[in-house]
Amino acid sequence: MSNLFCSSVGKKLVMSISGLFLIMFLFVHLLLNSFLLIPDGGEMYNAGAHFMATNPMIKVMEPVLAIGFIVHIVYALILSHQNAKARGNVAYASGNKTQGVSWMSKNMLILGVTVLAFLVLHIAHFWVKMKVTGHDLLAHTTIKVGGVETEVENAYALVNYTFSQLWVVIVYAIAAIGLAYHLMHGFWSAFQTIGFSNNVWRVRLNIIGAIVAWVVGLGFAIIAVAQHLFFQA
Amino acid sequence: MEKFINITLKVWRQNGPKDKGRFEIYKLNNITTDSSFLEMMDILNEQLIGEGKEPVAFDHDCREGICGMCSLYINGHPHGPDDDVTTCQLHMRKFKDGETITIEPWRSAAFPVIKDLIVNRSAFDQIIASGGYVSVSTGGVPDANAIPIPKADADEAMDAASCIGCGACVAACKNGSAMLFVSAKVSQLALLPQGRVEGARRAKAMVAKMDELGFGNCTNTGACEVECPKGISLSNIARLNREFLCAKLQD
Ligand code: HEM
Ligand code: SF4
Ligand code: FES
Repeated sequence: MSNLFCSSVGKKLVMSISGLFLIMFLFVHLLLNSFLLIPDGGEMYNAGAHFMATNPMIKVMEPVLAIGFIVHIVYALILSHQNAKARGNVAYASGNKTQGVSWMSKNMLILGVTVLAFLVLHIAHFWVKMKVTGHDLLAHTTIKVGGVETEVENAYALVNYTFSQLWVVIVYAIAAIGLAYHLMHGFWSAFQTIGFSNNVWRVRLNIIGAIVAWVVGLGFAIIAVAQHLFFQA
Repeated sequence: MEKFINITLKVWRQNGPKDKGRFEIYKLNNITTDSSFLEMMDILNEQLIGEGKEPVAFDHDCREGICGMCSLYINGHPHGPDDDVTTCQLHMRKFKDGETITIEPWRSAAFPVIKDLIVNRSAFDQIIASGGYVSVSTGGVPDANAIPIPKADADEAMDAASCIGCGACVAACKNGSAMLFVSAKVSQLALLPQGRVEGARRAKAMVAKMDELGFGNCTNTGACEVECPKGISLSNIARLNREFLCAKLQD
C-alpha cells in the first residue's frame, strides 16, 4: 500500500476518487439550487440553506469537500506536469491527425481551470459572504420550518441579487458548460481508472457520463439564467 | 490498378542522439502505387546513395506486420494514414500524386532518437524483462483439454497477445504513456491459468518499471487504441488498473 500513491496508476486513483466525490457533491448542491426555481419568494431555498448551515453532517463534510478539491487540483497539476515531461518537448511537424479522440479528453486541464476560475468567483460571491464577512442582504427573515417559525439568514436575497448581474450569469453559464465537458470525459474515465470498465461497460459509462454531465452542467446554467430572467423583483 | 505517382518527402534527419536534427526535402518520381511504404524508402535510399549522400536510417525487419520493428510517424499518424496496419504493410496507393509526405521518428521522452528515424525502444524490453513472462517452465504442449479455459478468455488473451511492441501507442499519446502496451502484456498472461499465478507480482513490477522509465500517466484519451496497428483495446487498460490496484491493496 505504502508506495501506491507514488505510482502512475495510484495517482490516477486519487484523481478518480476525488473526481467522483466532487460529482456527488455537485448533485447535492444542484438539488439545493433547484429550490431556487420554486416561486415562493425563496422560502424553500432559505429552509434548505438553513438546514445545510446547521446540519452537523454538513459541518463535517465542508472541510472534506475543500480537501477533495485541493487534492484533485494538486494531482491534476502533478499529473499534467509529468505527462508533458514524458511527452518530451519536440512536437510533431505533421501534427496529430488521430481520428475519434474526443477534444475533452485532451483538454481536461483547461476545462478544469475553467471550473476553478468559476469556483473562486463562486466562493467570493457566496461562501465568503455567508460564512465570513456577512452581507446586508443576508438580514434575518422568518420562515416556517416544519410548521415552526424559525429565524434564518436570507440566503435567497443574496443569491437573487447576485444573479441580477448579467455578467455573473454569463460567467456562471460558461463555467457550467465547461464543467459539463469536463465530465463528458471525466465520468467514464474515472471508472476506467479504477478498473471498472470493459468493452460493454465502456459504452454504458459513456452514455451515463453524458447524461450526468449535461444534467449537472445545464442544471446549474438554467437555474442561474432563470433567476436572472424570471425571478427579479 | 497500378499507377505511378510523383511525391515530395519531408524527412527528419539527425546524425546522432546529441544532434539537433532537421528536415530534408527529397523528390521521388514514378513510384508505383503497388509498392509498400518501406519499398518506397528503399528507392529513396538508392537514389541518395547514387547521389553520394548518406541514406536515411529507419527500423524494419519482417516487413509483414508481425515483428513490431518498423515505426515512422507519417503525415500525423504513427504507422501512417491507413487503419490497423504497420508501416511495412502501408502501401503507396494511400497517397496521391504530387503529395508531400512528412516522415518523423516516434516522439516521446522515453524513446530518444538514435539516428534519423530510428528511436531507442529498449525501454519496452526493460518493461518485459521486469515481469512480462511466466517464470516456470510449462513443459511441452499439454493435452488441449487438460486445462479448460473459457472461449471468451482465450479470445481476449489472444487479442492482447497480438501486440507486437511497436510503440505506436506511446508515439500517439499526448502523455507519452505506455499503458496500452503494458496492459496488453499483463492481460495476455493474466487471462490464462498459467499466467494468472504470478498476476499480482507481474502487474506491480511492470507498472513500476514503466513509471521508472519516464512514461506518462494515462488519461484515457484512447488515441493509442485508434493508432495501434493490432487494434489492442482500451479494456486491457481497465484490466491492468484492476490487476494493479487489487495487487497493491493485498500488500
Ligand atoms: C466540481 C469540480 C470537478 C469535478 C466534478 C471533476 C471531476 C473529474 C473527474 C471525474 C475526472 C476523471 C478522473 C480520472 O480520469 O480518473 C477528472 C479529471 C481531471 N480533472 Fe477534474 N473535476 C473537477 C474540477 C477540476 C479542477 C478545478 C481541475 C483543475 C484545475 C481539474 C482538473 C482535472 C484534470 C487535469 C483531469 C485529468 C487528470 C487525469 O486523467 O490524469 N478538475 N475530473
Ligand atoms: S499496443 Fe499496439 S501500438 Fe502499442 S506496442 Fe502493442 S501493437 Fe504497438
Ligand atoms: S517490419 Fe516487422 S512489423 Fe513492420
